[in-house]
Amino acid sequence: MAKKTMVSFSLNGSEVDVVVEPRELLIHTLREKCQHTGPHIGCETSHCGACTVDFNGMSVKSCTLLTVQAEGAAVRTVEGLAEGGTLHALQEGFMQEHGLQCGFCTPGMLMRAYRLLQENPDPTEAEIRYWMAGNLCRCTGYQNIVKAVQYAARKLRGEAVETSHPLIEADAAHAH
Amino acid sequence: MIPRPFEYHAPQTLPEAVALLGEYGETAKVLAGGHSLLPMMKLRFAQPDHLIDLGKLAELKGIREESGTLWIGAMTTENELIWSTLLQTRCPLLVEGARQIADPQVRYRGTLGGDLSHGDPGNDHPALMIALDAAFVLLGAAGERTVPADGFFVGTYETLLAPGEIMTAIRIPVPSLATGYCYAKLKRKTGDFATAAAAVTMRLAGGNVEHVRIALTNVGDTVIRAMDAEQALAGKPFDTGALDEAARLAMAACNPAPDLRGDADYKRAMAGEMTRRALNTAYERANNPARP
Repeated sequence: MAKKTMVSFSLNGSEVDVVVEPRELLIHTLREKCQHTGPHIGCETSHCGACTVDFNGMSVKSCTLLTVQAEGAAVRTVEGLAEGGTLHALQEGFMQEHGLQCGFCTPGMLMRAYRLLQENPDPTEAEIRYWMAGNLCRCTGYQNIVKAVQYAARKLRGEAVETSHPLIEADAAHAH
Repeated sequence: MIPRPFEYHAPQTLPEAVALLGEYGETAKVLAGGHSLLPMMKLRFAQPDHLIDLGKLAELKGIREESGTLWIGAMTTENELIWSTLLQTRCPLLVEGARQIADPQVRYRGTLGGDLSHGDPGNDHPALMIALDAAFVLLGAAGERTVPADGFFVGTYETLLAPGEIMTAIRIPVPSLATGYCYAKLKRKTGDFATAAAAVTMRLAGGNVEHVRIALTNVGDTVIRAMDAEQALAGKPFDTGALDEAARLAMAACNPAPDLRGDADYKRAMAGEMTRRALNTAYERANNPARP
């Protein structure tokens, strides 16, 4: 067994130190050592994107990155999306537009869309589909995921969004 | 999913990386974007004892134009190629090709140098580089050498890269604005390797084809330059007869391996069809050059 090394990185704004073998994949560190079990594993061929996290401003599949490569990195997972209990526009959008069913792809979908909307705040439907192509979903058929991303994009641009989900309505009422 | 144990090295300088590769020899692999190597290690097809990570070497990144040549650092990622305004205006074929590679996440990590050094006939950049008449800068303990893309790819996972050498940069002569181009790729789905694909560059003069390059992806042990098809087109008008003959000669140059993407006959036919489509689009673009 190769010598273990300590790796320090920022995880959702907090500094973490982990001791890993060089062969340990970032997804396993996040899930097993950091107890951030939102990112999931759906394949071993780097296709599905369920393990997607934001890594130094990039969407990466954390199953195809070694934890030792994360030294000094800024990592954000789905657990770091909400702020102070308030859902991120994307989380709200996925809820409002029924962009998830089993929820297994959702953390990866959210983290990919999080970066996409920073790179392109007003994407067309075709652009959303193209730039979300690294994330597979077995449940939704993607249609409602596109709508969810469009909802979040409108909200993040400061445009009006229509909410009908009881939890979002209650939250909105509470805020006023 | 679980790679075999190995030692990890993250050199801070290029000479240090070359020295490490020299020290560990055949037991070491260079880690670039890691999106071919790590998948192979996770399936234990590859079991190196040492990984030498080039991720810290800033001198292997970047895209710039130097007196008629585009210089692209080997560790430049696919998304950096796609988003480069310099490449969008000066070398749009590379952008069109990179957009058809893998998916967004893979393109944040996978690099141009890695795609080329891997030597996989399924990869797209080898054909693009041959169509663009690129050259590769290779650095080893004995120094630096530059080799043309055409001839670099010698077999499946086999290139001219010698043991101990690292590809540091890719050099592409800036195509003239009147260069038509196209990368036509048939694939089963977004993110898949090509069933067949064709990269073409073309220039016209006085109604005739003055220059044409055709390179084919994933229809042989390695990328194939369809030289007979090129010669059949050169110096002649681009008409239906010429196109039919070029597609026929491109098909004759193929030697596809049957797999889940299809049998050899299907792939050969599709290589002909991709050649036809790429030539048609390149011809239209050569006739209507973009005005940046």
